[in-house]
Amino acid sequence: MSMNLKDKTLILSGELTRFSVPQLFKELKKLPKSEIREIDLDNVNKIDSAGVAFLDELMQSSKTLSPEITRANESVLKAINTFSSLKIPNSSPRQEPGFFERIGTALINFKTETVQGLFLTSDIIFWSVVAVFNRKSQKKGVITQQCLLIGADAVGIISLLSLILGLILALQSAAQLRQFGANIFVADLIAISMVREMGPMMTAIIVAGRSGSAIASEIATMQVAEEIDALKVMAINPLRYIVAPKFNAMTICMPLLVIISIVVGVIGGLLVGIFYLDLTIMAYFTELFSVLTTKDLIVGLSKSLFFAWVIVIIGAYYGFNVTGGSEGVGKATTRSVVASIFAVIVLDAIFSLIYML
Amino acid sequence: MKKPIIEVKNLIAKYDETLVLDNIDVDIYPGEVTIILGGSGCGKTTLIKNILRLYQPIQGSIKIFGKETMGLSQESLEPVLKNIGMLFQNGALLNSISVFDNIAIPLEQHTKLPAQIIEKIIKVKLHLVQLEKATNLLPSELSGGMKKRAALARSIALDPQILFCDEPSAGLDPITSVKLDELILKLKEQLNMTIVVVTHELASIHRIADKIIFLEKGKKLFHGSLAEAKKSNIPEIVDFFQSGKF
Repeated sequence: MSMNLKDKTLILSGELTRFSVPQLFKELKKLPKSEIREIDLDNVNKIDSAGVAFLDELMQSSKTLSPEITRANESVLKAINTFSSLKIPNSSPRQEPGFFERIGTALINFKTETVQGLFLTSDIIFWSVVAVFNRKSQKKGVITQQCLLIGADAVGIISLLSLILGLILALQSAAQLRQFGANIFVADLIAISMVREMGPMMTAIIVAGRSGSAIASEIATMQVAEEIDALKVMAINPLRYIVAPKFNAMTICMPLLVIISIVVGVIGGLLVGIFYLDLTIMAYFTELFSVLTTKDLIVGLSKSLFFAWVIVIIGAYYGFNVTGGSEGVGKATTRSVVASIFAVIVLDAIFSLIYML
Repeated sequence: MKKPIIEVKNLIAKYDETLVLDNIDVDIYPGEVTIILGGSGCGKTTLIKNILRLYQPIQGSIKIFGKETMGLSQESLEPVLKNIGMLFQNGALLNSISVFDNIAIPLEQHTKLPAQIIEKIIKVKLHLVQLEKATNLLPSELSGGMKKRAALARSIALDPQILFCDEPSAGLDPITSVKLDELILKLKEQLNMTIVVVTHELASIHRIADKIIFLEKGKKLFHGSLAEAKKSNIPEIVDFFQSGKF
């Protein structure tokens, strides 16, 4: 491919394609564009859309009179006619919203989302209660299957993390307690913290990451693939069919997982008590049961129920409100996990305040 | 005598243990529109995907631009693929980026064209598929037909020598479908593009077909011109042209 400027005529010859255009573009910068009046393409034997775009750029970039194509063979002219961008009108750019418009939109969205969330919560609770007494619209064994997924499959990871948590709590306090000869009080610390706070919260955070994300992604995928619409058209309530079993399974499993977490966490503390603080098993458990009250257990387990419900509702909310395709599913899942963990911590703080009063 | 641009010989392909392509021989010539026909599940899409090596055939020979592609690694296959465009059945646009960025991918990855030129090419390609207003939209904001047109714009971004279209008219309104056929003819005539189309639309076949390949249960029943196909006595082909659609 070659390019020469002769008597105000730019003569191009050879192939004007995506392979030659980058080099021609560089050469063009060295030429005085304002002097080009005519373009001769008679010797161009092949042209593609990149070549036509190059010619368009050449004609548009001239600050004075736009050069004209004087000579070209028929096939080149046909290609120029098909691929020229000069005849396409420029589309008007999207208008960006102003500062106040954005604030207004955010407020309206917040109100809409809050109302939607409240309606969804009431619907989920209603259909979950209905599902306990009327299982007609549920697949057989769906609660058991959900209990296995949400509960049984999480036992391993919850036990391991609770054991480590028990060990950490006991080790952190042991060094201080030892200085005052108060070794036995490690049992009090572990008992109160695991039963009232760490057990329910740790379990809820793990369940939010495991099951909350699974709920959000499952529902979001169904929404994107129009499976939810298909259920609606078949006159099947998606909340009753998909969410209610998960809600009820979570209600059953979460307190059980919290109990497992507390027991394993206490065992973690016991290991530190035996091997680091020279306590006996009997002394550790006698102290532990003397300090624990029924109220502590009720506080821990009742919290866990609220955590369970919030995780399901948030997962369902983000799942049903997914927009976009596969990327939207990913975003919905991430948002649901972040929102669930945030909600669990805020709820925990509220419960702490309520029980203090 | 023209040499075929795609030569398939004794191609055998399986899904697990099920035979889906049984000893297929196909020659596709440059500058022609070849239509692959056949009932659902007869192996039309599988044949295209085997030619493009998206699936691995069990045995046979596939030559594209005279180069044997069987046994080539993905890296060695890339120079061949750069001259081929593919319009997938559901568009296969990348959902996380705009229509403009989708079409820019092959231009930015495979050429050294400056940004102004790339922008102009994208503008023209979107104009050709009548999607100028969708430039900045995300694929999730497009209808099914618009997605397909955007995907077609992406597949012709590099003016490939060969274009494969898997059911391009499906989901499109009749007017857009006619315009799409006109575009296919334009690409054939002006860029001498070789186009392979899987379709069931009889009207579209009449508008664009040079050659017909008819598959049935993984076997090639017929390969010839549209006129020859219409005169054929093979019952499946007669049924097709009489019923209008599969």
